[in-house]
Amino acid sequence: MRKLFVGLMAFIAMNTMAATQINGAGATFPYPLYSKWFSEYSKENKDIQINYQAIGSGGGIRQLIQETVDFGASDAPMSDNDKSKATRQILQIPTVLGAVAISYNVSEVTANIKLDGDTLAKIFLGEISKWNDPKIAALNEGLKLPAKDILVVRRADGSGTTSIFADYLSTVSKDWETQVGRGKTLKWPTGIGAKGNDGVTGAISQNDGAIGYIELAYAINNNLKVAALKNKAGEYKLPTVQGVSLAAAKVKSISEVTNSIVDADGKGVYPISSFTYILLPVKEKDAKIVEVKKFLKWALSKGQNFAAPLHYAPLPKRLALEMLKEIK
Amino acid sequence: MELDIINDSQKSTAKSESLIRTPSLPLISYKGQDKLALFFLRFCALSIFAILVLMIGLLFKMAMPAISMFGLDFITSSDWNPVEDQFGGLAFIYGTVTTSFLALIIATPLSIAMAIFISQILKGALSKVVSMIVELIAAVPSIVFGLWGLFYLAPWVKSTLTPFLKNTLGFLPQFQGPSFGIGILSASIILAIMITPTITSIVREIFNSVPQIRKEAALGLGATKYEMIRIAVLRPSLSGILGAVVLGLGRALGETMAVAMIIGNNPTISKSLFSPGATMASVIANEYAEAEGDLHLSALCYIALILFAITFIVNLAARTIIWHNNRRSQK
Repeated sequence: MRKLFVGLMAFIAMNTMAATQINGAGATFPYPLYSKWFSEYSKENKDIQINYQAIGSGGGIRQLIQETVDFGASDAPMSDNDKSKATRQILQIPTVLGAVAISYNVSEVTANIKLDGDTLAKIFLGEISKWNDPKIAALNEGLKLPAKDILVVRRADGSGTTSIFADYLSTVSKDWETQVGRGKTLKWPTGIGAKGNDGVTGAISQNDGAIGYIELAYAINNNLKVAALKNKAGEYKLPTVQGVSLAAAKVKSISEVTNSIVDADGKGVYPISSFTYILLPVKEKDAKIVEVKKFLKWALSKGQNFAAPLHYAPLPKRLALEMLKEIK
Repeated sequence: MELDIINDSQKSTAKSESLIRTPSLPLISYKGQDKLALFFLRFCALSIFAILVLMIGLLFKMAMPAISMFGLDFITSSDWNPVEDQFGGLAFIYGTVTTSFLALIIATPLSIAMAIFISQILKGALSKVVSMIVELIAAVPSIVFGLWGLFYLAPWVKSTLTPFLKNTLGFLPQFQGPSFGIGILSASIILAIMITPTITSIVREIFNSVPQIRKEAALGLGATKYEMIRIAVLRPSLSGILGAVVLGLGRALGETMAVAMIIGNNPTISKSLFSPGATMASVIANEYAEAEGDLHLSALCYIALILFAITFIVNLAARTIIWHNNRRSQK
């Protein structure tokens, strides 16, 4: 009995001593990629173990401020209010880019429909309520649209995805900006709320006539139809990894990475794109922070190759190099 | 720690051996043991109470900014706008109360009929098996109910139940308007299924506690089986049934996951039962993790406090009714 006990203690002690444990918490959006990164990184660096809790961006920021985790992760840059609550300066490093796809389910329509920002805002404001509305028809000449009711499906839980989508609509539509605005949780004028990306995906695929916004990966993995959106250059672009990376092409320095990149300038850009960040407290000579920095360097170089297969867009090369300099 | 236990067990075996040989006093006197046990049990009992008080205190503290900002207007306003930092909980209170009462309307007759069937009609082993199956429903996790509701019940409500209700009861405003399957009606049905086992098992116990002699007396006076059930079983159990129903209500009020998945989460007050709604528990589950502003968090805590108060009162009422009933039946 005693031998067993001592053996157990020794085993536990050995395990905890062998690996440096790093704890992070935050966004759910990049979680599939992050968990892939952490496991790949641990394979290369056996003495590092990174635990990540996907509790949501807001929770991640709260835990970071209370310093119960070593790093945080968020889809939206930290607000000034949150920054002022933190006792240390916080470095916000973009890791990859993601896109929000506009998915729909209209049994009569087999081609990808085209939408522009203004029409999209009117649909989500409830001002356009039929699929054969003249505004939609004008953008889709030659497409037979049914006289079906539009069912707007949106997130019920507070979400970074909502925040990116609302940011886009506020950028392209004055009406949206004044009536609804930006945020992770909104006061929606119409539609039903579903929980999580999977909830919205389920509601769209079950309801003929539904439209909603989800992360690109969910649209692709569930074979949902996605709308081509008009970008600033006037092209209609389907959400693709390349189109999303291009949205960040103009961002060059760390001071610019927290700026919004929705409806970005340039050819080939998909307009509802966004960075996702890892938040790192600036501490001098902290062993764990040093390890997180090492990991970030790996993520921004070798790790970028894991992004595209999981439908995340890698950072533009120049920006990744710039970030590597910044982390040091 | 482990070592201590080993030593203790060695000691106690040694002690018991010595007890057999020479009866000597134990390490702690018997009175002391009693005192120690009493202290320990009292500590356990009081810790539950302390946790409750601490929880209410913490909720109050966290809800304070919203309470001081909105006061009682919070309960009468249905404007919930996190972007503008404007919060009112009426739509959520309405959603919780409507879904819970609708669930009760569906579940109560079903549960009573089921309890009569199990306790009065079925005999012996079969009765036990059926009641066990009913109770097993209570063990199904609520997320499973939610998924089932989302993928099976909601499409069924949309394609079958809604057209039927519109055709038969369509003149009422409650049964008008578009239906997407997801909404207050579907949430109520899910809740009804979830609380039926709770109500059934309590009502069954109450029926079983009716003395056999009364039932025989009723039959002896020439009552049919239906009359016997009505006079000898149902009538004396009425207050107990009420208690069971209120206990079911308590569960319906607090149910979160299944409802959040199927109610549509739209904080509006609409006459139509087909329209989406939102409940107090579902909004907390949905918005807490990503609540941005301090006021948003605080408003969610305010809702939690209201929910806590409502369920507390409802449960208290149920216990009082059942307790009253038990005391009377013992007389």
